[in-house]
Amino acid sequence: MTQPGSSHGSGDGPPPIETVGYDAPQFQVAAAHPRRMEKAVAIAFLAALAGAAGFGAAFWVNADNFWLGATLGVTFVGLGAGFVAWGKYLMPRGPFSESRHSLVPSEEHKEQFVDEFASRGKVAIERRGFLLKIAGAGTAVFGIVAMFPLIRSLGPLPKKFFFSSYWYRGAYLVTPYGTRLQVSSMKPGGMATVFPPTDIGGPFSQTMLVRQGTADITTAPGRETWSPQGYMAFSKVCTHAGCPVGLYQQVTRQLLCPCHQSLFDVGPGRAAVPVFGPAPRPLPQLPLYVDSRGYLRAQKGYDEPVGPGFWERGNSNG
Amino acid sequence: MVDALYNWFDNRLNISTGGRKIVNKIFPDHWSFMIGEIALYSFVVLLATGVFLSLYFVPSTATVVYNGPYTPLHGQVVSEAYASTINLSFSVRTGLLMRQMHHWAANIFLGAIVVHMCRIFFTGGFRRPREMNWIIGVNLLILSIFNGFLGYSLPDDLVSGTGIRIALSILESLPLVGSYLAVFLFGGKFPGTSLIPRFFLLHVLILPAVIALLIGMHLGLLVRQKHTQFRGGGATEHNVVGAPMWPTFMAKTQGFLFLVAGVTAILGAAVQINPIWLYGPYVPYHVTYAVQPDWYMGWLDGALRVMPSWETVWGPAVGGHMIPNAFWPAIVLPGITFTVLMMWPFIEARLTGDRVDHQLLDRPRDRPKRTALGVSVLSFYFVLFGASATDVLANYLDVSLNIVLVAFRVLVIAVPLVMYPLALKICKEIQDTPGAVKPKRHNIVVRSAEGGFEAVPSAGRPGDEKVELEPVSLDYAPVLEPAMAAAGGDGHGSVQVSAGTTAAAQAAMAAAASIAARGAAGKGGAGSGDGASGDGAGGDGDGAGGDGRKRGIFRIPRNYR
Repeated sequence: MTQPGSSHGSGDGPPPIETVGYDAPQFQVAAAHPRRMEKAVAIAFLAALAGAAGFGAAFWVNADNFWLGATLGVTFVGLGAGFVAWGKYLMPRGPFSESRHSLVPSEEHKEQFVDEFASRGKVAIERRGFLLKIAGAGTAVFGIVAMFPLIRSLGPLPKKFFFSSYWYRGAYLVTPYGTRLQVSSMKPGGMATVFPPTDIGGPFSQTMLVRQGTADITTAPGRETWSPQGYMAFSKVCTHAGCPVGLYQQVTRQLLCPCHQSLFDVGPGRAAVPVFGPAPRPLPQLPLYVDSRGYLRAQKGYDEPVGPGFWERGNSNG
Repeated sequence: MVDALYNWFDNRLNISTGGRKIVNKIFPDHWSFMIGEIALYSFVVLLATGVFLSLYFVPSTATVVYNGPYTPLHGQVVSEAYASTINLSFSVRTGLLMRQMHHWAANIFLGAIVVHMCRIFFTGGFRRPREMNWIIGVNLLILSIFNGFLGYSLPDDLVSGTGIRIALSILESLPLVGSYLAVFLFGGKFPGTSLIPRFFLLHVLILPAVIALLIGMHLGLLVRQKHTQFRGGGATEHNVVGAPMWPTFMAKTQGFLFLVAGVTAILGAAVQINPIWLYGPYVPYHVTYAVQPDWYMGWLDGALRVMPSWETVWGPAVGGHMIPNAFWPAIVLPGITFTVLMMWPFIEARLTGDRVDHQLLDRPRDRPKRTALGVSVLSFYFVLFGASATDVLANYLDVSLNIVLVAFRVLVIAVPLVMYPLALKICKEIQDTPGAVKPKRHNIVVRSAEGGFEAVPSAGRPGDEKVELEPVSLDYAPVLEPAMAAAGGDGHGSVQVSAGTTAAAQAAMAAAASIAARGAAGKGGAGSGDGASGDGAGGDGDGAGGDGRKRGIFRIPRNYR
């Protein structure tokens, strides 16, 4: 076993497995004791066999997800480990090399190609350039027109979509379950999510109702009548990315959006001003009034678009 | 029988000539080349498990009253998408496993893509002639992020629904076309009924098809342009050194497919992911604590959080327009990120003036500026990723949310600034250290008779010195005649057109390897191999073998029996 070309021991037997020859220690061990490695690979494949049988059994008895996955995992890992070890330790490994040639073609080849392409092209196309232009125009028009069914049909035009408020004058404040709220419904410190009766559960009409005390509150100049008997209502759609501003911290009188942690101050004289986080604008406030029977109702809709900004929004007040 | 079948096809398609090139393709042997394989095989797992899931998932927002085996949800009005996801998790055998494997595989897929990309970046694998493959890779990353987002949006649960609401806001924030696109995508009012079916179509058909196509191109270019390789072990700009496709690489890569699937299965068995029955169905006015997207969207979520509350408005007097806050972190940041990534091969070529072909990879330390830049930019995204957990961190560390957020606003600027010089310095230090990365030897401190101390390096142990073998040439004529004669005593001088070649090649490869393994003696053998390899390329040898014996490709040569 010293000379290439000499016979391998008993002549016709398999070549010694150290022929996978490699230099690192772990390969030397494998090369010196191929039987050990064969055993290891065999054990891996047997584990896979057992795993597969186990998976079948687990499926049969409708076992837990854990046992289904564990048996399947053992199957795959056994097969994987076996194949990798087989390839790594018991197969010709080299190093071998193949040569690599530049993919830059020779000038001659380039010229030949360009000649054939361009010369034929000249004859066929350039001579009748007007045909090409007409064909190009037709294709271009089709390309543009094809956009209509592809994009325009997807949905209606936005129009005033992002400006509409869903709230209207006299709308009752209604819980998700359809109950109209009265002044007596909530104690100071309470909160609720309310909707107009025509859009219960609506993603844009959702409104946060909080009660702070029992006296009328002025959140900002010009909003003297908006918060009767301690009730204040703000849009629940965050002005940052549109998540529901779902947390009311009663002690600090702040509303928190759990998505990106924008914090809005709803304390006295503060009309949901953003005090922290990425939200750029206050939450729009819904003006309320209490009707003669004690129901909470909206004086009018929101006077600005709710939710995050959009290109056309600069037109609105607020 | 197999031989006859093979001959039948071969005589019609000439498999042998091309097949020979394929079986002899050389794959360099470096662990870092395996990361791309992880990505590829997670994609295989994704396809397999995804087909299973699509059999049971109902892409509809029509509402049903849930009355399945999961009692806490009994009587709730939920969408069919949500109900069918719960149903396939609890009522379909192996359904939960397949769902969890699918979700895990998606996370692994994207992780492998990102790590693979880092490997290519830091070793300069993107340089000419491989710019195209780099660009394809970046596009794969983008599409996979999109498809991941679409995928976890499908179950229509509270967390993913909140994510879709944020996506709507991001779309809305696009100047000029934002509101149009937002309404078009949702087919009208949010959330609407079109969303889930549309996302489903994109997720299971259109994007996977594009991704599969791009993966095909990615691999096709890899074969056409051949692998890059690291220096050493005989690697040059004009060869590829490693193990051949058949059988060595095939065995290992096949094993790797199984390993990836196995790890995914074990994760799917043992580690719960996306338990949508705990989140509940999406209700537009409900929200929950710790709303985090899957990890690969984390940097975007973090960017949304650390962005200061700026918003640009031009009043009605000047057109009445607005650039919303979300536009900067969620549109501009990824826009810049992916544009610069795609353009990077050209940017670097412009900066360095290096426009020649590169087949040998850099070690990161040898390109300190590139490495430092990469580390710095990566650290920026890492910090953003961390920032997506501000609420959880504040809770966990028991500090105020404000402190955590302000800290991240500082860190996102400061960390990259610190990382650049730090990485640069480390690269240069390693460069200047003689014998860096060689195994260290123990120093034995010896005391002399005079009382002085001296450190003497200990003797080397086996394995300390890595002998690098000379590669054996495999230039499409892998028949080494003398070695063959030695190995099996088969016909002399026969490069058979079809059958014999591969079997002979196998024998020759083994023989050549045995030669090489024996060090000095091997040199002679390898040399004779080179001599024999010259003209047989193309495979049109001079007719039948000397002794006229037929040998089948699937017959194991005698010396292997």
